[in-house]
Amino acid sequence: MSLPHLPVLRKGVPYESLDKIEVKDHRTGEVLATVSQVNAGIIRRDISRIGDARAALKKFTCEQLIEISKKAGELFLTAELPFGDKGHTQTPQQYIETLSRTSGLPHVMVKMNMAKVNDALANMRTVLNGLTRGLDLSVIDIGFGEQAGCPVSYYPTTNCLGLVMPSNSPAVNSLWLPAIALKTPVIIKPGREEPWTPYRLIQAFIAAGAPKEAFGFYPTDHEGSGEVMKLSGRALIFGDANTVAQYKDNPKFECHGPGFSKIIVGDDEIERWPELIDLMALSISANGGRSCINASAIVVPKYGDEIADALAKKLGAFDPLPPTDENAKLSGFANAKMAEFIDSAIEAGLKEPGAEDVTAKYRNGPRKAELDGGVYLRPTIVRCDSFNHTLANKEYLCPYASVVQVPQSEILSKIGPSLVVTAITKDPKFIEEILDSDLIERLNIGMIPTGKISWNQPHEGNMFEFLYKRRSIEVA
Amino acid sequence: MTASEKLDAHLLETIQWHFSPETGCPFWLEWMSKNFDPKTEIKTFADMKKFPHFQDEWLRDLQPEVWVPAAYKGRPFNIFETGGTTGMPKQRIGWEDYKTDYSEFSTKISDEHFPKGGAWLMMGPTGPRRLRLAIEHLANVRGSSCYFIDLDPRFVKKLITNKQFDVAKQYMEHVADQAAVILKNRKVSGLFTTPKLLEALSEKLDIHAAGIRGVFCGGTTMLPQYVRFIVEEVLENKIGFYPTYGNTLMGLAASVPLTPEDNYSITYYAPQPRAVLRVVNPEKTEDTVDYDTWGRVELTTLTKEFFMPRFLERDEALRRHPRAPYEWDGVAEVRPFGAMENKIVEGVY
Repeated sequence: MSLPHLPVLRKGVPYESLDKIEVKDHRTGEVLATVSQVNAGIIRRDISRIGDARAALKKFTCEQLIEISKKAGELFLTAELPFGDKGHTQTPQQYIETLSRTSGLPHVMVKMNMAKVNDALANMRTVLNGLTRGLDLSVIDIGFGEQAGCPVSYYPTTNCLGLVMPSNSPAVNSLWLPAIALKTPVIIKPGREEPWTPYRLIQAFIAAGAPKEAFGFYPTDHEGSGEVMKLSGRALIFGDANTVAQYKDNPKFECHGPGFSKIIVGDDEIERWPELIDLMALSISANGGRSCINASAIVVPKYGDEIADALAKKLGAFDPLPPTDENAKLSGFANAKMAEFIDSAIEAGLKEPGAEDVTAKYRNGPRKAELDGGVYLRPTIVRCDSFNHTLANKEYLCPYASVVQVPQSEILSKIGPSLVVTAITKDPKFIEEILDSDLIERLNIGMIPTGKISWNQPHEGNMFEFLYKRRSIEVA
Repeated sequence: MTASEKLDAHLLETIQWHFSPETGCPFWLEWMSKNFDPKTEIKTFADMKKFPHFQDEWLRDLQPEVWVPAAYKGRPFNIFETGGTTGMPKQRIGWEDYKTDYSEFSTKISDEHFPKGGAWLMMGPTGPRRLRLAIEHLANVRGSSCYFIDLDPRFVKKLITNKQFDVAKQYMEHVADQAAVILKNRKVSGLFTTPKLLEALSEKLDIHAAGIRGVFCGGTTMLPQYVRFIVEEVLENKIGFYPTYGNTLMGLAASVPLTPEDNYSITYYAPQPRAVLRVVNPEKTEDTVDYDTWGRVELTTLTKEFFMPRFLERDEALRRHPRAPYEWDGVAEVRPFGAMENKIVEGVY
C-alpha cells in the first residue's frame, strides 16, 4: 500500500502540495508518511478569508460544541479515523506506534498523553466553567445575557486562533481544544515531528460533527509560521525564553515558554524529607521530563546534599528501554542533535564551580545513551550551591532538576517566574507569603506533583479571556 | 539546417567578429594574443570547451571601453549593471541586443494576454538594469506604453543580510502600494514583475478586476509549488502567466507553456543562437549532466555586441530535453547554486 500522506487542510478541505516532507522513524530512518507543505502566501490568503470558518462554528450553540468535543475525545481515544488523503485510516494503536516512532515517546507516555487530551475534551464543560467562572454559555451564543444578576456581553477578540505547535509532547494540544467550543476556528502549524496529534484531533472533531471549516492544518516553513502568528488575531506562542520574551507583553499572544516549575519545602516540613522523594522524583520525571509542568528545581532550606543524593539514586537508575516497554521512563530524541546540545550545555554548566552532577555515580553509563538507534538522555540531578549558578534555574527536554538549598526567608526572592510551584509547608505565614507572590502561575499547596492539573482552573493563561472580551451593554 | 548547425554557423561568425582586429574588442584581442586564436581552434560549439570559464570580475574590474568592438567604436553605448549585489557592480555594455531579445520575445506572448496597444506596468528593478529599457521596448514593439515602479534589489539584499526583515517587508509594501495606485487610476493590461511582488500586489487588489490580463515574471526562484500557487491562487487561472529566466549577461530565456504533465515545473529555453545554456556537472564543468538531473547553469553569450564564453551562473537547474518550438536543451526549476546546502539571500525581489 502507498505511504500515507497528510495534506494541508484549508478550512478542512484537503490540499496536496507539490512540496512535501518525509516524517521518519527516529531510530531507523524509515519514512512513515509524507506531509504537504505550503508557502506563506497560501496562509495569508486563507486567513484573510477566515470569516466563513467562524460563521460555520457560529451555527452551533456552545452546548452543542461541548457535546461534539466530548464525542471527539472518545473518537480520538478509541476510533479508527481517516489518516491522510490516500485512503489510509489510523487506529489508536497505530497512532501510538507512529507517534512513538517519530517523537521518541514510549508507548506508555503516548497513552498517558492521549488520556490527558481525552480528559480535556470529556471535561470541556468543566473546563469552560472554570475559564468563564460559571458563565451561562448562552451568553456566548446570543452575545449578551446575565451573570450573577449583572448584564454581561462578550465579543470575540479574533476570527481565528493561530498555533505554531511544538513537537515535544502531544498533550500540549489540549491547550487549543476549548477554542472549538468557544466558536473560534484554529489555524494550526503542526510540529515537524508531530503532525499526528493535531491531525487526528481534527479528524475526531469532524467525525463528531464539528464543521470542517473550523480547522486549518498548515505544515509550513519559518515564514509561514510567522504569518500564522502575525495574522491570527490571537495566537499561542511556544518556545524558549528568548522567543517568549519577544511576545510576552503583546496581548495578542499567549506565551507558553519554559515553565521553570519547582518544588519548594518549608522549614516546618523539611525534617520529613525522605517522604518527599517520591513526589519530587515523579514531578521531575513524569512524561519523560518533557513538560513545562515538570519540576526543574527543588528548593529546600536544609538537607540539600541528602535530597540531591536520594533523588539521584532513584532517578539515576533509569535506563532507556524499548518504546513498547510498559516501564519505559525516558523518551527518545527525534532530533539527536538536540540531545547532544542539551548534554553539552549541562556539561558546560558543570565546569563552573559550585555544581555537581550527583546522578553521575548512579548511572549505568553516560548521560547520553543509545538504544536500538535511538538517542536518550538519562536523568540528571545537579546539586547547586546557590541560585546564581548557571544550572540552578534551567529547564531541559529530559528529566533534569537542580537541588538548591536556600533559607526559607529567601526562597521567594530567589525562585523567579515559575509556571507551577508545589509548596510543601503548613506554615500559615509562609503560605500567605507564597500566595502573595506574583511569580507563581499555578500553586499546589501540599503533597501534589507539579504535573497534576485541574480542568476547572487554567494553569497557564485563560483561553476564554484570551478569545473574548467583555463589553458593557444596555438593551432597551 | 538543424538548430545545432545554425548554432555552429552563428558561433563561427561571432568568433570571427570578436577575434578580428577590424571588428573585435580590445579585451578579446589581447586575450587572443596571450592564449590561442579561436578563429582556428573553434569550429563547432563542442570546441568551446577550449575556452576557460569567463570571469565575471572582468566586468567589474575593467573599464567598459575594453568591451567595445572596433566596429562599434565611436557609438555611445548603454551601460547595464547586474542585479542585486553590493559594491562595485558588474557592467555589460550594449547597443541593440536588448531590443533584439525583447522583439523576439514579443512573438512568444499572446495578444489575448498582452493586447496590442494596452498599457504595461513594470514593477521591479529598474535603475541601471537592462530590464528597464527592455520592458519598455517590449511594450513599444507591441504598440504600448509602460508605467514604472522601481524596486532597488541591492537595498533589499542589504536589509535581508542584516536581518531587517520588517524593513524589507515595509519596502515591498511600499513598492506594491505604488503599483496598486497606478492600477486603480490607469488602464493597464500587461504587468512585468517578480513573483514576490506579484503576490504582494494581489493582496492589495484583485489584479484581474484591475484589468491585468497577462503577467510576465522573472527575477527569482520559481519552484513548482510556488508556480502553482501563483497560477491557481494569485492569478486564479484567469491571467496569462509567462515566467522567464534571464539576466543582464544573457538576455532572457522564455518558458514553454505549462502542460498538466509538467506539474508546474517550468522549463526555460535560451534565445539560441545568441545565448546558449548548458547544465553542467559542477565538479567537471566540461560535461553536461544527464537529463532531468541537477547541475550548475553555464551561459555562453554570442552576439556581435558581447562575447562571453562559458560563464558559470550562480544558479543550478534541472537539464531538460528539447521541446517544441525549441530544438535545444532547456533548464528547469532554476534556483540559487547550492540552495539545498546553504541559505541563499534572495529576498522579496
